[in-house]
Amino acid sequence: MRHIVSVLVNNQPRVLARVASLFGQRNFNIESISVGESEEPGLSRMVIVTNGDARTMEQVTKQLNKLIDVIKVQDLSADAAVERELLLVKVGASPSSRGEIAGIIEPFRASIVDVGTHSLIVQVTGERSKLDAIIELLRPYGIKEMARTGVTALARGSKVKTPVHS
Amino acid sequence: MAPQMETMTSQLEETKKAEKEYTGSEILLRSLIEEGVEVIFGYPGGAVLPIYDSLYEGHVKHLLARHEQGAIHAADGYARATGKPGVVIATSGPGATNLVTGIATAMMDSVPLVCITGNVPQNLIGTDAFQEADITGITMPITKHNYLVRDVRDLPRIVKEAFTIATQGRPGPVLIDIPKDVSNAKATFHYPESVYIRGFQPNTDPHPLQVQKLHEAIAKAQRPVILAGGGVVSSGAADELVKLAETAQIPVTTTLMGIGGFPGTHPLWMGMPGMHGTYAANHALLECDLLIGIGARFDDRVTMGRIDKFATKAKIAHIDIDPAEIGKNVETFIPLVGDVKKVLEAVNENVPRSQSDDWIKQVDEWRRNFPLTYKPSADTLKPQWVIQHLHDSTGGDAIVTTDVGQHQMWVAQYYRFVRARSFLSSGGLGTMGFGFPAAIGAQLAYPDRTVIAVTGDGGFQMTAQELAVVALENIPVKVAVINNHCLGMVRQWQEVFYEERYSEVDLSGSPDFVKLAEAYGVKGWRAKTQEEAVRVWEEALRHPGPAVVDFWVTPDENVYPMVAPGAGLDEMLMGDEEN
Repeated sequence: MRHIVSVLVNNQPRVLARVASLFGQRNFNIESISVGESEEPGLSRMVIVTNGDARTMEQVTKQLNKLIDVIKVQDLSADAAVERELLLVKVGASPSSRGEIAGIIEPFRASIVDVGTHSLIVQVTGERSKLDAIIELLRPYGIKEMARTGVTALARGSKVKTPVHS
Repeated sequence: MAPQMETMTSQLEETKKAEKEYTGSEILLRSLIEEGVEVIFGYPGGAVLPIYDSLYEGHVKHLLARHEQGAIHAADGYARATGKPGVVIATSGPGATNLVTGIATAMMDSVPLVCITGNVPQNLIGTDAFQEADITGITMPITKHNYLVRDVRDLPRIVKEAFTIATQGRPGPVLIDIPKDVSNAKATFHYPESVYIRGFQPNTDPHPLQVQKLHEAIAKAQRPVILAGGGVVSSGAADELVKLAETAQIPVTTTLMGIGGFPGTHPLWMGMPGMHGTYAANHALLECDLLIGIGARFDDRVTMGRIDKFATKAKIAHIDIDPAEIGKNVETFIPLVGDVKKVLEAVNENVPRSQSDDWIKQVDEWRRNFPLTYKPSADTLKPQWVIQHLHDSTGGDAIVTTDVGQHQMWVAQYYRFVRARSFLSSGGLGTMGFGFPAAIGAQLAYPDRTVIAVTGDGGFQMTAQELAVVALENIPVKVAVINNHCLGMVRQWQEVFYEERYSEVDLSGSPDFVKLAEAYGVKGWRAKTQEEAVRVWEEALRHPGPAVVDFWVTPDENVYPMVAPGAGLDEMLMGDEEN
């Protein structure tokens, strides 16, 4: 089962390596990982998408908590979290097809952020399924390059979720 | 000099003293002294020249090993024997990478070590400089935590944190990598009394509700078993364990790491469980209705990785300092996170007696009917007999270190340890070459105790160079080489599982260990019969200095009982046909 794990870590050199190394060492899967500043100076938030059964997820959170640079671990279940990803995709586009592409991406609230003579770059944010859908619709035009940030996420509501095994 | 001038000068010096700056290497050593470090094991090199220059002052004892692996296993032996953190220093690059096996050994067995490595100056890091290795990267998965010191002013705090992390909670190795420019840089020195590490707050006190649940389970249990592991030893809970076992009347099996955590002479002791465990211990695990794991991690050498066949009739209670161990390998009904000693103290208050009368009779019957056996012989030497003799000649009270393989299992089976921190062995990583240097560390900690390094002709050759150290320092370690002229455990597996296709296990070409010892200035003996063994071992024990005794044992002896990998604990090969 897919899980989003939010990990608050010391913003120290190598902290990403420590977390990534742990996943490899314990044979846990990483689907995506994104890191950035958190609400607290000196701490970063890593959002890791992984999958595993309940026992694996218990081990993921417990083993993460053993890392000295890990301050807090939350296992965000999918429905209780806001989950977003950003996609940049460079699509083949002649001047004549630009309008058509603009029409396709409009319902997705995506935008064209760069236009070249034979291509353009579309930017879109949303849940993974939305990004997958727009990629499928753009595929016939020829996807030249693509970059996704991986999921970042926050627990919903004003209440901060209780940390798991911290 | 006029008297006034003298006063002025000394006042000036006072002021200077107050703001005195020290080099990083001086700060390091002062920090180690603040931590009460008695001895450092190490090996110098370019990147640690400043540290060794500070050591030259002689404020801390340093033991010069002959290989960094020898140094770290000695630090490990010191730590296992005392419970205090072992300290090792190595230089950058190959010095640091030579520590890797020792660090992993300590990590697997939860041994507190502080490992200090030098590194190339910071402006050269990342340039593939001479003797550069990314040791913090390399040791990330085998340390509890590690540090690369970037600023000399951080050094006292980092040393304090390293000792705190190494010793608090589940113990383990911590590495501090110090670039040469940091060792040379100057700063004032203030050693913190304590440090707050936000991401490291081990929970040592048990939850009262879980203690109560365990009481209820014990009261109902008809076939209870205690599986005691290394956590009992490292938390110093041997007395509490005896009290629990006696009050609640629960038979005890000690894992390899738990040996000595419960007296091997106690009527409730069943021996070791698992792959080479006793019939009684394994059958008790198969049949029990309550299994209390205490500081044990349900390793695959105990469960055989066959959870489907392990303690299937039992409710499992698990006491451990490390929450990640709970539920990692087996499903747990009563989790008790906390320091084993504290948990057992809480459990021992009003612990009920279990309903184990018939069960204890059953366990006794198993023990009587299926004891450990081998066929002794007077004109050859059986390895099991040698171990029994080591036991009898020392009353079970020596510190015994081992390497890995058959001799290790025989020590576990035939030496009845009565004290904790007396059996020092690489259980998790299974490191050959561990035993002899570990014995050096243990002997330094306890100069007056008998320390025996039981090793094999394979393992001894992996760290035999440390004979120079015991000779030079007159460290009276007794090395008992159980010499079967082959890699016995590998040979055993090839016999049993590979149709006697003995591939690369013949150790012909090994040196004469008596002459090897003598070449280092260590006294050596050899024994090929029981009579010789008794005589030379007595001489070796009486000899005031280090000794090597080369016991030539029968080469085709196997360790039994044995559970084949992939089999359940109910499928024990007893080795009756052979013995």
